[in-house]
Amino acid sequence: MIPLPPTAPPGVACADALACDVACFPTPDAYLNLVRAWREDGFEVCADLCGVDYLGHPGRDLPEGVGATRFEVVVNLLSVSTRRRVRVRVQAGDREPRVASLFGVYPGTEAMEREAFDLLGILFDGHPDLTRILMPEDWEGHPLRKDYAVGRVPVQFKEAPGPR
Amino acid sequence: MSDVTHETTVRVAERVERLTAETSEGPQGLLERRATDLNELGREVGAVLRGTGLALDPRDVDVERSDDETMIINMGPAHPSTHGVLRLMLELDGEYVLRTKPVIGYLHTGMEKTGETLRYMQGSTNVTRMDYLSPISNELGYCTAVETLLGVELPARAVWIRMLMAELNRVASHLVWLATNGMDLGSTSMMIYGFRERELILAFFEKTTGLRMNHNYIRPGGVAADLPDGWEDDVTVICDTILERTDEYDDLLTGQPIFRGRMEGVAPISAEEAMALGVTGPILRSTGVAWDLRRTMPYLAYDQVDFDVIVGTYGDNFDRFAVRLNEIRESIRIIRQCVERMPRGDYRVQDAKVTPPPRARIDESMEALIHHFKLFTEGFQVPVGEVYTAIESPRGELGCYLVSDGGPHPFRMHVRAPSFVNLQAVPLMMRGGMVSDAITVISSVDPIMGEVDR
Repeated sequence: MIPLPPTAPPGVACADALACDVACFPTPDAYLNLVRAWREDGFEVCADLCGVDYLGHPGRDLPEGVGATRFEVVVNLLSVSTRRRVRVRVQAGDREPRVASLFGVYPGTEAMEREAFDLLGILFDGHPDLTRILMPEDWEGHPLRKDYAVGRVPVQFKEAPGPR
Repeated sequence: MSDVTHETTVRVAERVERLTAETSEGPQGLLERRATDLNELGREVGAVLRGTGLALDPRDVDVERSDDETMIINMGPAHPSTHGVLRLMLELDGEYVLRTKPVIGYLHTGMEKTGETLRYMQGSTNVTRMDYLSPISNELGYCTAVETLLGVELPARAVWIRMLMAELNRVASHLVWLATNGMDLGSTSMMIYGFRERELILAFFEKTTGLRMNHNYIRPGGVAADLPDGWEDDVTVICDTILERTDEYDDLLTGQPIFRGRMEGVAPISAEEAMALGVTGPILRSTGVAWDLRRTMPYLAYDQVDFDVIVGTYGDNFDRFAVRLNEIRESIRIIRQCVERMPRGDYRVQDAKVTPPPRARIDESMEALIHHFKLFTEGFQVPVGEVYTAIESPRGELGCYLVSDGGPHPFRMHVRAPSFVNLQAVPLMMRGGMVSDAITVISSVDPIMGEVDR
């Protein structure tokens, strides 16, 4: 398990993670500063950013002191120079999920944050262009939310031909 | 007379308004400068490195320039050079590109949402359709994530078969890239050659997996079927032919003055810019960063085979071409080692909770029948947890983030598509270039729209 970077904000919980060195769980306030600290610690690439809607599966394994919320933003950082990976999981809230945008630290998160906004409705403060990216502009709702009604095309069974 | 002119003007204005309303993507598109946020403006001109703050150098984004001097045009989504349904909006000053914004989503089919309703065993039929030029990589990325959560250990033969197929797929994918890149530059003969050689590999895939594309061959716990009889000869023929033909393409393209003129020094990107944007794969390697997950974070048995990581120097179009061309040769080196060293044994894990029993056992054994029935009606349960695994696809880091709630379906399945992220480098590469170079920029980024939009 790798230690937190020296400039990390206090009170960030950590845990071992599968296929990754460590997962850390900052509060939404500490999130941006923690990612910036990892950036200064040599994590040059933000490999991935996505959101998860935990509606219907609240009992996930979190370290002590981290209150589970419905939405979570998961960031996977990568250090090319030291060949390490680290995962940052931030609890984004229940009703109106909102976290800071990483655009200023990693410009490459622009499209990923737009995708998380589009499909899950997570708001990113400080994002320059928070518009839909995959769905049409006038789409209603956020399809990857667990309470989003999946549209179905009803199957039209032809009536069985009657007796002649 | 003036009435007539006035009427015509009104009619034209109405028509323009109607067309705009019909084709506009609203705020998703490229807007006029006065309607664009300064940070967004910076992104559209490709100003990436700004330290940690958000302060932009106003000179960087030409805030002084008025909208009257420039023109916003639309390229795509149905333009032959955009490799699918990529739509680029360009702001032009004469023939020079000032700002670029890719507008995507035309091929969005909700695969991540679909993935949540499919069982783990069905999932690879879904992900294989994302990057349709390297379906094996998608299946591999997904299955690696599932197996990490399950904690199963693969038999050696399954590992080596996966490696063989993944490398064959990389060759096929790079050949299509060579072909389409040639076509974008007007070299239609390259187009024919690239697709011709790819067909050799697809024929072998058909023999092995039953399908030319969208194989669903790599499945959680191993692969769907063992390699066919005589596969060594088939693969050796493929290797010999393609290696020989690769030298011919080298002769055909590398030294050709027109080709070099269109490629050399066009659309350069630096290593810092590429990493800040999250760009991986051949684009990152062309800037001189030797980052290849097969070497730097080995998976399968890549730490046991001998190959070189190809890097470029300048990060321009030509380097990206050279990296991909030479990666074909390196992949063939790996394939030859797979042929020589293919271990014997099972091609899938012999765990009855994950792998269905062989067909013949079902007739004899009640337990086998029950296992078979349970696996195909309920699927297998995966322990609660979350995992992010990454593999090196022909286009870069293909990651799969999987959350399991202990049931037979993934709770959340997210694929980190390399093309989706790499596409963000387009505004930077376009900046200051000409419209004719835009075609080569798109081509050298090699976006696969099925993967971008998922």
